[in-house]
Amino acid sequence: MASPAPQRRPIPLAVALDGPPDGGRPAAPERFDAAGYLRLVRLAERGTLDFVTLGDAFGRPGPDALAVLSRVAPATSRIGLVPTVTTTHTEPFHVATSIATLDWVSSGRAGWRPDVSLTAAEAALFGRRPAPAPDAAWREAGEVAEVAALLWDSWEDDAEIRDRASGRFIDRDRLHYTDYAGEFFSVRGPSIVPRPPQGRPPVVLDATGTGPGGATVRQVAAAHADVALVRAEDPATAFAARDDLRARARALGRDPDRLLVLASLAIELYASGDAVALADRIGDWYADGAADGFHLRPADPARDLGLLVDGTVPVLQHRCLLRRFYPGATLREHLGLPRPANRHARAREVSR
Amino acid sequence: MTTAPHPSDPSAPRQLHLAAHFPGVNNTTVWDDAPPATGRGAGRHPSLGSQIRFDSFVHLARTAERGLFDFFFLAEGLRLREHKGRIHDLDVVGRPESLTVLTALAAVTDRLGLAATVNATFNEPYELARRLSSLDHLSDGRAAWNVVTTSDAFTGENFRRGGYLDRADRYTRAAEFVAAARRLWDSWRGPAPEPVRHRGAHFDLAGPFTLPRSPQGHPVIIQAGDSPEGRDFAAATADVIFTRHSGLDAGRAFYADVKGRLAAHGRRPDDLKIMPGVTFVLGDTAAEAQEHAAEIRRRQISPQNALLAAEQLWGVDLSAYDPDGPLPDIDPDPHSELAQGRVKIADPAAVVAKWRALSQAKGLSLRETVIETTGRQSFVGTPRTVAAEMTEFVRARAADGFILVPHLTPDGLDPFVDRVVPLLQERGVFRTEYAGGTLRSHLGLPEAVTPVWQGEAS
Repeated sequence: MASPAPQRRPIPLAVALDGPPDGGRPAAPERFDAAGYLRLVRLAERGTLDFVTLGDAFGRPGPDALAVLSRVAPATSRIGLVPTVTTTHTEPFHVATSIATLDWVSSGRAGWRPDVSLTAAEAALFGRRPAPAPDAAWREAGEVAEVAALLWDSWEDDAEIRDRASGRFIDRDRLHYTDYAGEFFSVRGPSIVPRPPQGRPPVVLDATGTGPGGATVRQVAAAHADVALVRAEDPATAFAARDDLRARARALGRDPDRLLVLASLAIELYASGDAVALADRIGDWYADGAADGFHLRPADPARDLGLLVDGTVPVLQHRCLLRRFYPGATLREHLGLPRPANRHARAREVSR
Repeated sequence: MTTAPHPSDPSAPRQLHLAAHFPGVNNTTVWDDAPPATGRGAGRHPSLGSQIRFDSFVHLARTAERGLFDFFFLAEGLRLREHKGRIHDLDVVGRPESLTVLTALAAVTDRLGLAATVNATFNEPYELARRLSSLDHLSDGRAAWNVVTTSDAFTGENFRRGGYLDRADRYTRAAEFVAAARRLWDSWRGPAPEPVRHRGAHFDLAGPFTLPRSPQGHPVIIQAGDSPEGRDFAAATADVIFTRHSGLDAGRAFYADVKGRLAAHGRRPDDLKIMPGVTFVLGDTAAEAQEHAAEIRRRQISPQNALLAAEQLWGVDLSAYDPDGPLPDIDPDPHSELAQGRVKIADPAAVVAKWRALSQAKGLSLRETVIETTGRQSFVGTPRTVAAEMTEFVRARAADGFILVPHLTPDGLDPFVDRVVPLLQERGVFRTEYAGGTLRSHLGLPEAVTPVWQGEAS
């Protein structure tokens, strides 16, 4: 059943830092050190955007996305930081502890964008397994997301007690084994990292689902994502994808309002006219209920982001569609997603 | 402030290197210390600093950089330790993932080296080489990797690949891992990568690396093994050894042995730095320092922790025994699985015999015996005597420097930086400013060169 996006304000707005290698320019050394990335993220933070995404793959030139955003975290204060960390060739335990650590070093601003490695070239970099079929790779990504959430919950928030009388640093009854055994791997747990500040850093997933394994991608997003990105060139496509994702979430027993669907738009801005037209486009799509918010993918972040922040953002603020400052501190707070209760603490409450 | 003589001046005193170890997830770290009632720090709760919040890491790293230290060091544990089948709850538990927190620290420090312990058993060369190179790029040449291995099935339960690695294969895997990583780090010879092909007993990988050679060429390689295989691995591969040999005589023997192995690998003695992990306790007088040291040992070894240490040694449940009473009168079980995630004690019967002798000779209770045998501090004294002892260690070739392990988080290093570092500088044995930007330059290490991989390769 179609249900247009509610008119929530401010509109969640995020930006991708990817763009083509070199930003179209020959030899761009800023791809390898921190300065270029830091400039972009600070600019996005000046525009009070909810979060930045930085894509990654094992063949991608440049430092790994998680490292880049960890390096950026202490030099920024509010904006959400969402790196892609792939799940096909990486240990699930490392994925979960790395993202939890990004949440600690950023004081609650981490997110995680899971992705898969489907090429034979990527598989050859590891030599452990052949390239998986898309459907299997996404099922596995779903398992990694599931085990990450279990590991983030494996410490209750008040597990650390520092009780001098009994000599106990932790209450081990508030630490929990994950004992996860799925189709692809098993993880005993608990995590080595205490529960991150956001409880569970938001999972952001590209749920466009038009490629191979698309139905599985949608299903994984409906089950595990807090934010789903849908690449779309017209509002009807975004609307239909949102509807599908919400129906799937509902069928899985989730509250569909806990799954934000952002229309992911490719943008190219050359002049402040372009920036105003983008504000109109965002306003129109939003008024049509096509999406809960927007994820913008600049063709050249170094060029487009300045025009976005100085052109598009003020127009949206003037129309009261976008915040003028960050009232919250964590990425969940920016997105209006409540901090999830720990499943073990909740289970104890219920059984009481 | 005096200027240190140039290190290449043969008459100059031998320069020492210093590193800061973030307080460990073990009973060296005191977590329940009461705040000082008076004086500097009154009302603050130094040891109540979090073991996980980022500001603790920032404080210790900035303190180390203020003290012109060579590097900041993070240990690793990939499974929470267990005792009697339950999670061990008496010590600090919980830590961040090393590479992510160090990359963040690169944003709040400028010169300090950033060393991560990362297990070669539960990682793959391509991915880890990329993460380490990323840290080196994003920190402008300050990355180090402490290579550790484990064959522990207990830890392996957290990982896809499990813990099936044979103990004998640990170093062959580590050596091949490092060799493969070095080939990847070196694979950009021009503006673009040349595909790497590595095929050996443990790894078979092919393809282009995604980063050009990093500012240090290769991150600094640290190694902590002590067995003959570990020493050979270090002599062939490592830039720094993190050793436990903190006594002068044992240190000299270890130093001579390891440095003696370098020539066989075409390396000079100075190409590998030997840095024992040490603790320190300072006081205004020798007596005050001793008193403070005894108090720290009592805090490190609570009655519960004393009983646990005894259970680890005996390998049996001793909960019926009183930690303030005599030693258990039973024999240890050498095949016990009581403690998991810790280094096994090789000959428990011999250690028990030693404990009994000590207990009888000095009339010590169980807890006092544990305090006496396991809670030793390396350097206890006034800042002046500690500076003198450290200088002597390095002069006598028992070490090239030290990895300091404070017992408080996060400001356990502050007294050392405030009071001992200036005295080391006065003696002309420690730098008064960073001469270069990279960790290799702090350590006086040569440019990284790639050893030729001896295995099958094409």
